[in-house]
Amino acid sequence: MNVLAVLPALENQLFQLPTGDTISQILSMLFYVVFIVFLFYGQRIQMYVMIREVEGSLYKLKYMRDEGRKTAIETIKEIGKPQTDPSARVDRYLEYFTISPQSMDPAGIVWKLDHILDVRDTRLKDEVKLMAPATDEVQVNNLENTLEAAMALNYIFKVVRHFYIQGKKTLSLYIIMQLQMILPLVMKEAEAYASALKAFAYGQPIGDGAGALVAAKLMHGYETKKVPKDCVIATVPVEGRTAFVIKAEGPGGNVGKPGDVVKALIEKNKGKITSVIMIDAGLKLEGEGVGEVAEGIGAAIGGPGVDQFKIEESLVKYHIPINAVIVKEDIGDAVSPMRKEISDAVDKAIERVKSVILERTKEGDKVIIVGVGNTIGIGQ
Amino acid sequence: MSENTAGTAKISTFVLLIVLIVLALSLVALALAVNAFILGEEIVAGYLLVIGFIAMTLSGYVLLQSRRRVMSMKITAPQVMTTIECRKCGDKSVREFQRGDYVFKELEPCKKCLDDKMMITAIYKEVKDKEKERASPF
Repeated sequence: MNVLAVLPALENQLFQLPTGDTISQILSMLFYVVFIVFLFYGQRIQMYVMIREVEGSLYKLKYMRDEGRKTAIETIKEIGKPQTDPSARVDRYLEYFTISPQSMDPAGIVWKLDHILDVRDTRLKDEVKLMAPATDEVQVNNLENTLEAAMALNYIFKVVRHFYIQGKKTLSLYIIMQLQMILPLVMKEAEAYASALKAFAYGQPIGDGAGALVAAKLMHGYETKKVPKDCVIATVPVEGRTAFVIKAEGPGGNVGKPGDVVKALIEKNKGKITSVIMIDAGLKLEGEGVGEVAEGIGAAIGGPGVDQFKIEESLVKYHIPINAVIVKEDIGDAVSPMRKEISDAVDKAIERVKSVILERTKEGDKVIIVGVGNTIGIGQ
Repeated sequence: MSENTAGTAKISTFVLLIVLIVLALSLVALALAVNAFILGEEIVAGYLLVIGFIAMTLSGYVLLQSRRRVMSMKITAPQVMTTIECRKCGDKSVREFQRGDYVFKELEPCKKCLDDKMMITAIYKEVKDKEKERASPF
């Protein structure tokens, strides 16, 4: 029994339906209409579909931005005990910008950038102290990190919104298409910052702190000395060698300026350093496991490049070899609470550092070990 | 700090309205199917039954999808654990992270040997199996 055979009965049940011939005519008409509509308006329909997709992600970004702001304000109120409502100051903080130095004549740009970053850091820390007067140094650093994560979420939302509105205004498929194509990567980064918010607010160690944790484990139990800027150094005997272990000062959220420390240390020892070993969290490729340890050559340090420049310059001056050990993780792991795999990989990284020292140096040599990364939630 | 969710996100009222309308229509179709069956129109009843069930499944699916979307809008704070160890007797315990914890923080003396202070040796989050990457043949 086919469908058409039961239609007369269905007609009685529901409403008057046309006969079989009329139905096929209507279906044919519908097919032609759809064909013509898609022929002329296909691209526009595709664009509206993309716009809706971007719109959905934009709602999510807005939600993350609002959550970031809310978390920052709540944390400031909770630990900073401000006299007035910090919301207005937080809003002002989220809109701060930094203008990079002019690079038409690139000579000396590193020092200009270094100066601008120093000014920015001091300014933002002062703002945090004003917003949260009852905080100590560790809490100021953690709050600054929380606000920076909220600032990043605010910026991502505003940039995506800009291109979305521009695409809608101009009805340009290419603007919308570009935005829609990079959106999965943008969303991944935004989600990473969103999960970082709570970690920074509570002062939990993050994946980026793998290098700092290696250095902390190496220097633990030995006398540490504060060195500018925001770093600590300890002299540790490792396999019969003297190792100068450097990390950012914890447990507050801080990356320090290890470039300055390495430079000063090399100058102090008149270049008589056999090797420099840097340990950092490294971005893994898809398919690689979280917490894998790899070894290589070069200055393993991220950021704007100022510290890497300073370290490389000192190494070249005295022809000092540089080795790197990295703990692999993705961007989400780097800024969210440290995964167990990364925490466990720290011991493997220490073993790798020791094997590099044994293979590349002789007893009595001096080596520098730098644990790079944000030391939030990691003491020394 | 257990697994908690921040903020509240709601399903769009427009989507909810559409779902409810479709759900109501599917119920009407099912009622008509019963009516047709009583009247002896078994084939018509069968068709109405299929229409009713399809509409009901579709509305349920849309509701589920919207809920999943709302769930993905929430920022979840993962459960973070703190490992505490006694350097002398090696006694080890794991508890939930508390604000103020940091690696190498010294805590109260060990309850077992009462000699040395306990120390935080690790702070980490455990990722659930379903969150981990799917095994790749490569």
